Amino acid sequence: MPLPGILCPTRQTASQRDSPKAWPTWPALSMQTGKAKRIKAMETIHVNSSCDEAFIHAVENESGENVSLCYQCGNCTAGCPYTDFYDIPVSQIMRLVQMGQRETVLSCRSIWLCATCESCTTRCPNNIDVATVMDVLRHMARRAGKNPEPQVKTFCDSFLASVKRHGRVFEAGLMASYMTKTGRILTDADLAPKVLPKGKLGFTPHNIVGKKEITEIFQRYNAEKNS
Amino acid sequence: MSSSLTFAYYPGCSGQGTSIEYDKSTRAVCKALGIELVDIPDWSCCGSSPAHTVDHILSAALSARNILQAEDMDVQGIITPCPSCLTNLKVASHRMRDEQFKEKVDDLLNEPCRNDLPIMSVLQVIYEKLGPKALAAKVTNPLKGLKLAPYYGCIMNRPPEVMDFDDCENPVAMDHLMEAVGAEVMPFPLKVECCGASFGVARNDVVTKLSGKLLDVAADCGAAAMVTACPLCQMNLDMRQDQINRANKSSHKMAVFYYTQLIGKALGLSDASLMLDKLCVDPGHLFREIETARTADAV
Repeated sequence: MPLPGILCPTRQTASQRDSPKAWPTWPALSMQTGKAKRIKAMETIHVNSSCDEAFIHAVENESGENVSLCYQCGNCTAGCPYTDFYDIPVSQIMRLVQMGQRETVLSCRSIWLCATCESCTTRCPNNIDVATVMDVLRHMARRAGKNPEPQVKTFCDSFLASVKRHGRVFEAGLMASYMTKTGRILTDADLAPKVLPKGKLGFTPHNIVGKKEITEIFQRYNAEKNS
Repeated sequence: MSSSLTFAYYPGCSGQGTSIEYDKSTRAVCKALGIELVDIPDWSCCGSSPAHTVDHILSAALSARNILQAEDMDVQGIITPCPSCLTNLKVASHRMRDEQFKEKVDDLLNEPCRNDLPIMSVLQVIYEKLGPKALAAKVTNPLKGLKLAPYYGCIMNRPPEVMDFDDCENPVAMDHLMEAVGAEVMPFPLKVECCGASFGVARNDVVTKLSGKLLDVAADCGAAAMVTACPLCQMNLDMRQDQINRANKSSHKMAVFYYTQLIGKALGLSDASLMLDKLCVDPGHLFREIETARTADAV
């Protein structure tokens, strides 16, 4: 458990508050372990040496947002339903972007777990479209080959592959593809007895007449991306 | 010239599968209310969330192909029941107002789209073009005594600059429509809180926690059922309710309706046309209670 700091105000348990012995020693601060790798608390960032200015400009350019407008009120984090699942809360991601901390931001789990629920964007007092910034960071992480939530990425990829192939999403095919790629063959198996008798899950894809047009959209997109 | 209530209809992919009852009940209710739905010919997937998490131009192009398909139709605009489709179509249209952005989208399409059709949810059309009063006048079987938690989901109204409908923190359109059909609307505070969206497959723990909270609060508010306008929300709350109960050690048996099913029921439409049997948590007892109370009142 990292020490609460400027960048990472973490929650304390009652025992941690009451007992100084529960605090980690300094070496532990730079050796974060556990399921979710949290940003190092009380970490000193030498802005002059580690700030990637090109990264800041790229985020601003791709999102159309001025990230320096964020004054760290924390409203986005307070309203974010996903804070419990994030390794870095959204307001701290905004701060890290301002500081040009490309590697930390693009390697975090949070940007993959944002559902674009628009709570942050709706409630930002400075009208920053925070959800779009998160979306753009995810685009950048993809391009940089970062993938700390492989199942989330595989689900998205399987979804789009289904659209590319049929023109519409084929739900049963999407699930089959996801389970094959992740090896999680029992995903939602418990739902089968409930859902199958309802006859809602079709077992043949809905191929549209103009599915070639959809394939072409993807082909042109890939050609443009690789040019 | 088409009537003022003729719209290009975008059903969305889930309407052909996991939310077929939403599509069918939407069509039945619109027909009963005089709203003419003309399917967009050979419509394709909008790309949903996965597309915008990959690239905004790609996402906009997948939506724009459908806007393009609707542009030769004699209609007042494009409407869809699904908030995810709605968001994608509206965000694409919004971003394409930027000429540079639109140029890049047009480059991915076979022909450029004009991008001049209004895009709305079916809920917005029923609420704004018809209104609760006109709806109430058509009710034959009021849902008296049915206590509902109205759940809008996170993106029907947000961000307000793009969605341009109802209040972004406390939307009331569905509340008023449900009151118009005789139901009792409970003061549910999590109207726009996210249900866990499409993480049900890849990160089930996210959905069981977030949707679990919605069910807990709806029950605490005294609701006997939830009513929603979003296929993904409905699927998480209804189809995944057993998963939620297992994960949270809860015991909810909360029916989760599409608002169109309840409007249809109050208009006297058949259960078959509303596909009430497709819901995972059986709502039968709720209608029997309404019927019993109605008979008792009549005596």
